Amino acid sequence: MAKVIKNGQIVTDGWQVLRLAEGDSAELVAVPSGPVLVPLTVWQARQADLAGRPDVGVWLASHEPASALADGVEQLSVIAVNFPKFADGRGYSTATLLRTRYGFRGELRAIGDVQRDQFYFLQRCGFDCLQPAEGKYSDAQLEAALASFSDFSEPYQGAVDRPAPVWRRMQRGVAA
Amino acid sequence: MYRYDAIDQRIVDERVAQFRDQTRRYLAGELSEDEFRPLRLQNGLYIQRHAPMLRIAIPYGALRSEQMRMLARIAREYDRGYGHFTTRQNLQFNWPELPKVPDILALLASVEMHAIQTSGNCIRNFTSDPYAGVAGDERIDPRPWAEILRQWSTFHPEFAYLPRKFKMAVNGAAEDRAVIRVHDIGLEVIRNAAGEVGFRILVGGGLGRTPIIGKEIAAFVPWQHVLTYCEAILRVYNLHGRRDNLYKARIKILVQALGIDEFRRQVEDEWQHLKDGPSTLTEDEVRRVADQFEDPPYEALADGDPVYLQLVAANNPFAAWTRRNVRHHKRAGYASVVISLKKTGVPPGDISAEQMDLVADLAETYSFGELRVTHEQNLVLADVRQADLFGLWQKLRDSGLATANIGLLTDIICCPGGDFCALANAKSIPIAEAIQSRFDDLDYLYDVGELEINISGCMNACGHHHVGNIGILGVDKNGEEWYQVTIGGAQGNEASIGKVIGPSFAAAEMPEVIEALLDTYVAQRFEDELFVDTVRRVGVEPFKARVYSGRVGGKKKVANG
Repeated sequence: MAKVIKNGQIVTDGWQVLRLAEGDSAELVAVPSGPVLVPLTVWQARQADLAGRPDVGVWLASHEPASALADGVEQLSVIAVNFPKFADGRGYSTATLLRTRYGFRGELRAIGDVQRDQFYFLQRCGFDCLQPAEGKYSDAQLEAALASFSDFSEPYQGAVDRPAPVWRRMQRGVAA
Repeated sequence: MYRYDAIDQRIVDERVAQFRDQTRRYLAGELSEDEFRPLRLQNGLYIQRHAPMLRIAIPYGALRSEQMRMLARIAREYDRGYGHFTTRQNLQFNWPELPKVPDILALLASVEMHAIQTSGNCIRNFTSDPYAGVAGDERIDPRPWAEILRQWSTFHPEFAYLPRKFKMAVNGAAEDRAVIRVHDIGLEVIRNAAGEVGFRILVGGGLGRTPIIGKEIAAFVPWQHVLTYCEAILRVYNLHGRRDNLYKARIKILVQALGIDEFRRQVEDEWQHLKDGPSTLTEDEVRRVADQFEDPPYEALADGDPVYLQLVAANNPFAAWTRRNVRHHKRAGYASVVISLKKTGVPPGDISAEQMDLVADLAETYSFGELRVTHEQNLVLADVRQADLFGLWQKLRDSGLATANIGLLTDIICCPGGDFCALANAKSIPIAEAIQSRFDDLDYLYDVGELEINISGCMNACGHHHVGNIGILGVDKNGEEWYQVTIGGAQGNEASIGKVIGPSFAAAEMPEVIEALLDTYVAQRFEDELFVDTVRRVGVEPFKARVYSGRVGGKKKVANG
């Protein structure tokens, strides 16, 4: 069972991430029972079978567009976006689009190379569940990492979490 | 000048705390080298040849005296008593110790400064016209817009990990002094026929390995929509810019691959969803920021102060300085003064802590306590009374800051090069110095007239060599340092990329190469014709013929290409 951070709380979580190995085909690969996040290709190949399972979610690779899930986003309770490296920032736009363009209201999970120094940005772009790689952090480090969500208290620009820029949210110009 | 409110101050204070913790975790081994690198770069911290290099943001080149004094203090206490102004109007320290950088950032925050996004694959510090607010040809003051955009880009969560660095500049005058044509996004704030304010937006310009002049993506975006339009551009780039090849990752490559029309179509599609959303600017917010850039309390004066004119007539060195280093001001009786950081023997853009303190004092005495940094790596006192020019000149001269060479060939733009920078292929500072030493006769310099020599120690083009009238690029040939020369580059409204004249040269040959180029120009020019105009008229060939004559098979050894 993996430790993930959901809405700012550390919880143990049973979702597995199905990744295709060399030679696996999206059409034929065995989808395990229990909560599972499947690759987009598997979802696209077998949506009719899998759509009935409430414990199946989809994960997007960093090059896969949010628009691939535009139709049927309401059928999904979980969508994950994979960060192959934390410095691959496409997932921030993908998440923003899933939330603002396609109206996804379910759990949006960041998987892959997810690190505490990006928590603040991930949260701002609409991720409500962050799953650092297995073994990346000790329990104590994960606990300490929660502080990163509040690195900045009043961001300048609007984003998914706070759509209004600071000058719409509050009176500006009060001396420091 | 913009002053922080409580929100701005809290953001820089929180940044110090965040980076202090990141540095602690790095030193404790909790963050790997690869994990720490993007974090430190987004605070302007490089690991260099000798020590870390810290690049401090000077948004659109504007500084107050107290800020300059803080830079002087940091230079003394944390560095070796000097700093280096860059071609992006920032300041670099070359010798800070990594564990002490959080303390430096805390000192900067105490005077409303920071090093946020001065490096890394994010939206970098905004640059603009150093004569904003005082230039006679200004249509609209670009500074409020640069400040609004600076705030929007600071920690923008969607664009913190772009494919590559992203540079933006804003210009608001008839003449482009912000080099907007070679930026990832260049913004020109203009009025349309109806008198409404908006932006002409250029995209995909840049120097570096593949120099390209930016293309117009929008002829007029109303001011309310400038943030959402930029967001649309950034989103298309973030999702579709190449991430497989560092050298193909800038937005210019994406724009080139798609073509400007297809790129524009994608941006406009995206913009339709963002337009009129919460990021649409309001009059209140624009006014709040613009109010902070109101004119200082000028006195009612007349042009042509008699004592000043008398001194110009009587004192040749002063007169020479006023011709080169003093600029017209929009207000009668005032002038803008360029403080040359291009004295022969001093690396271009370098300034000592004592000089920093001095110019801070001079700014307070003569120019409402404000300074500007130019992308040519000089300083500007923007608002000096003409009657004060002589006194100011004397003080500058006594401190080696009155070299009368602005716009001349010794006013060289130069990156730190191989003496400091880990990326450089070759040294650049000694080349600048050798050229400055060869051409130290002021009469000759004045005869040659306006001429920009730009030197970069590598392809990254921090010295903007492509847009120098004469550009010099350090290249590596089998472990040796060689220099490739281009001519005909230019910044400004007629920005152009220089053409390579031929095989590269050894360092020792560079002064005579420049001399041969100048001889060709002097022989070919029409009266009053600038170097760059002669190159445009006659082409590269006559220059090339002169420079390379006697070299083939001769004693000069010339590397290929």
